[in-house]
Amino acid sequence: MSIVRDAEIAATPTRGGFATLFSNVNRWRVPLSVLALCILPWILPSQALAVNVLIYGLVAVGYNLLFGYTGLLSFGHAAFFGAGAYATGIAIGAFGVNWFAAMLIGLAVAAVLSVIMGVLAIRTRGIYFSMVTLALSQLVYYSALQASSWTGGENGLRGFTVSVLNFPGFSLNFLDPMIKYYAIMVIVALALWFVSRVLNSPFGAVIEAIRENETRARACGYDVERTKLLSFVLSGILCGLAGTLSAMHLSIVPLDSLHYHTSGLIVMMTLLGGAGSFFGPFVGALAFLSMEDVFSLWTSNWQLIVGVIFILFVLYLPKGIWGTLISWWKSR
Amino acid sequence: MNTPIMSVAGIGKQFGGLVALKDVTADFREGQITAIIGPNGAGKSTFFNILSGALKPSTGTLRFRGADMAGVPQHDYVHRGIARSYQITNIFPNLTVIENVRVAAQAFRSRLNIWTNRDLYKDIEEKAAATLASVGLSARAGMLAKFLAHGQQRALEIAIALVADPALLLLDEPTAGMGPEETREMVALIEKLAVDRTILLVEHKMKMILGLSDRVLVLHHGQLLADGTPKEIQANSEVRRVYLGQNDGYA
Repeated sequence: MSIVRDAEIAATPTRGGFATLFSNVNRWRVPLSVLALCILPWILPSQALAVNVLIYGLVAVGYNLLFGYTGLLSFGHAAFFGAGAYATGIAIGAFGVNWFAAMLIGLAVAAVLSVIMGVLAIRTRGIYFSMVTLALSQLVYYSALQASSWTGGENGLRGFTVSVLNFPGFSLNFLDPMIKYYAIMVIVALALWFVSRVLNSPFGAVIEAIRENETRARACGYDVERTKLLSFVLSGILCGLAGTLSAMHLSIVPLDSLHYHTSGLIVMMTLLGGAGSFFGPFVGALAFLSMEDVFSLWTSNWQLIVGVIFILFVLYLPKGIWGTLISWWKSR
Repeated sequence: MNTPIMSVAGIGKQFGGLVALKDVTADFREGQITAIIGPNGAGKSTFFNILSGALKPSTGTLRFRGADMAGVPQHDYVHRGIARSYQITNIFPNLTVIENVRVAAQAFRSRLNIWTNRDLYKDIEEKAAATLASVGLSARAGMLAKFLAHGQQRALEIAIALVADPALLLLDEPTAGMGPEETREMVALIEKLAVDRTILLVEHKMKMILGLSDRVLVLHHGQLLADGTPKEIQANSEVRRVYLGQNDGYA
């Protein structure tokens, strides 16, 4: 499958006007992304949809680090999203921890889980890697289902609410939809900045080299397994962060957030937007959730329509929405 | 200099029931160009994969500068001074030509740093650019590697190995699929490289080997059939029988 890469943007030998514009856009990708997120709630039909785009966009961006940049197709990233959400919810509901500490606990749990799953999965390659991540994440799902005294089992985790975000010196009313959106957006923006730094780092070059040619990367002197593990864990932590935000946003953690449906959703959003591009996964989340929003008004079988569109994308626009736009821009 | 930089003793490799390599013993002296020849299936690739750490031998020991390499993971070989190129072009296709070399150079500076902007490593970039210039690819630096012509990809292949500045350079059929002109350029490049490093190469083009190398090893059915100067090898009746005689000039 051909996927657009940021490297291609820099690769244009002769730069036309649009290509130059694009290289500038790429340099300012974090501020521009944040700007787009700032106006999102004003152009989308509902606030709830906008918050969902933020959260799932972050999941997809985190996933893209592993899938689009390192070239590892995981079918188990719901585990990290769900684990972050459950850990945050339990920390607040059962232990009365404040929101910030609960977030850190969510991140820590997602990190530990991704180290464990990563160590086990990275020993395998290709389809086996995907299958191992899928199996391990289902293990987490069934554990959560069984441990119902902690997790609420099938009913999901309830009984915790974050109504105020306390900071030293001031506090924010988290029940106000606008304040909630922008509070979550600030955290997502910080995560985007982090991802952008990682992609520009030496490590960012190594994961792309591994995606392109694992054998050669190893011969060049890189410990491929350790690099993949670090990518897996970073990606897991970002998905965990999205999970903690989701828990605080919804005040409930549905059991489904751990299910492989969610993992599939993450893969679909990333592909739809454009794997291996910085902002693509966000566009994918926006497109997917908007389609859900619109089509579910017409029919309860909205997945049928989204599924057909997804298949058309995979067949005819494998670079995804954003990836296709990028190549079109560059070629101008 | 006459100290062996690499020595193999009783090296053998089995894949299941297949014996690919059997009891090969040889020392490689610093500063020499050694060619490894042999008919298809003679065990050249297996031998090369063992020397570069991609395969571990079933029997025997491999020593580099006196150190046993048995427990050394493959990715450490290049850090110790052994780099290789591949017979089938093995580059990073969707990265730019300069990035192919830059990322190889970066392995000696930073591998798991997730925070520093890599654009700050100007020395790495300069080293990559200089290496690219030495194989004549400067004009193609910004292109995606997959769009290079075959000969240029071969040159990039060598550049990726070369930027590691290895003491021992293993070249697996560096002129594979090249025409006469490109082959001449490659030979000139190898001669230039040999000035300050040891080179081992697998080749099929006999004329090229006889002119270029100081020493030739002949493998046949996984065993070392002959070991000597190009002249001795040419005169060796056993070698002529299994290899040279069949098809003069090219096997």
